[in-house]
Amino acid sequence: MSKTISLDDLRDLLVQCAGEVTGVDLAGDIIDTDFEEIGYDSLALMETGARLEAVYGVVIPDDDIAELKTPRDLLDRVNQTLVEAS
Amino acid sequence: MSVRTLVTGLGVVAPNGLGVERYWEAVLEGRSGIAPLTRFDVSAYPATLAGQIQDLLIEDHLPSRLLPQTDVSTRFALIAAEWALGDAKVDPSTMTDYGMGVVTANACGGFEFTHREFRKLWTQGSKSVSVYESFAWFYAVNTGQISIRHGMRGPSSALVAEQAGGLDAIGHARRTIRRGTPLMVTGGVDSAFDPWGWASQIAGGGVSRSTDPQGAYLPFDRAASGYVPGEGGALLVLEDAELAMARGLPEVYGEICGYASTFDPPPDSGRPPGLRRAAELALSDAGLAPDDVDVVFADAAGRPDLDRAEAEAIRGLFGAHGVPVTAPKTLTGRLYSGGGPLDVVTALRTLTEGVIPPTYGPSDVPREYGLDLVVDEPREGRPGTALILARGRWGFNAAVVVRRFTG
Repeated sequence: MSKTISLDDLRDLLVQCAGEVTGVDLAGDIIDTDFEEIGYDSLALMETGARLEAVYGVVIPDDDIAELKTPRDLLDRVNQTLVEAS
Repeated sequence: MSVRTLVTGLGVVAPNGLGVERYWEAVLEGRSGIAPLTRFDVSAYPATLAGQIQDLLIEDHLPSRLLPQTDVSTRFALIAAEWALGDAKVDPSTMTDYGMGVVTANACGGFEFTHREFRKLWTQGSKSVSVYESFAWFYAVNTGQISIRHGMRGPSSALVAEQAGGLDAIGHARRTIRRGTPLMVTGGVDSAFDPWGWASQIAGGGVSRSTDPQGAYLPFDRAASGYVPGEGGALLVLEDAELAMARGLPEVYGEICGYASTFDPPPDSGRPPGLRRAAELALSDAGLAPDDVDVVFADAAGRPDLDRAEAEAIRGLFGAHGVPVTAPKTLTGRLYSGGGPLDVVTALRTLTEGVIPPTYGPSDVPREYGLDLVVDEPREGRPGTALILARGRWGFNAAVVVRRFTG
């Protein structure tokens, strides 16, 4: 089984973990936008990382997650891990 | 010539009224916020009454980004701060960020949030604990969140002195203005109505076990049996008078003209507690004499020995029946860091409206207290200066003097 997560899945996780910033359209084309720009700081990403582990079993160390600047970076990392694990 | 510090904005989140107008109406009408605590099942606890904030839909007031990272107390603080800034007609985004600071007091921290995360820690493991626990519990969190939300990057701090801390925050905000910061948001808000917070408040020993909402918190009464804990508080906007004038300020509630704090001597020292000295020092700081004070807002601990000590301090300073004394906080319960700032708001409205709100509840005040306690009905008058007193558990005393602003 090769399961991967989509941008929509990531959006849901981000909102669950850290809420939404007023004035940011998360439904828009954000895949290459810096997390900082859409309102998610390093703590928001750490919280999201913990949820990714709980829900999908993907472990991304806190130090690594801070290096992932955009939703695409994070999705690539998560999906690569999922594919390797399957 | 020292800088004058004006109060230009008020934000109130109180058990008996949301927003300063609703709160002030409640105070004059005697509308109480004290009722059985409903936030969780308190039936097995020895105390069940609380001043609980109801009907405040947090989601209507705060962006969802702030919800996963804030305790209920911080949510109240953020809402009160926004209301105070709005009331002062201040738009921080148009002002110099380093010219605005935040000083808040805190006594409980983020109890409910922390309790929830601890429960997750023990039942689901450490990885389930929210990363936001790292600061959501913390005494300085309200200062930090207000500062971040409004871009106020000037000198900021947090003070912890139980119920006295809120007045200390206001005193320190005034000091910060005198040191050159034009505008400060200051005050305090607390809340601890989760099972852990509730148990720790009861463990403090001062909480009334009465189940009668009208009779549970009767400061200065012979039947005083403790206090009712409340939640909420107030945040105020303070400004350097000249700079406030320069921006063409809409309304001034009054001037913070004196402040002092003292600490009690050890219980067995034989020396008197420090409340009277705090009041004297605050008056001296204001350049005023006891005769200049038109009304005193009492700490009103609701425990006979502490009530007696406060009565002695007031009588010693003003003479028997020398000044009207009131404690409208019987309608809200004691709010810890929120108590002093809410009393300052009540005092400022007293000065602008020309009416002293009464202490609802007490009916049998020992004669030897020598207190002119305003009870039952508001008292008309034209008070120009008010003294606000607060005591914090383990020896903290603070006093603030406010006066009507006459330009």
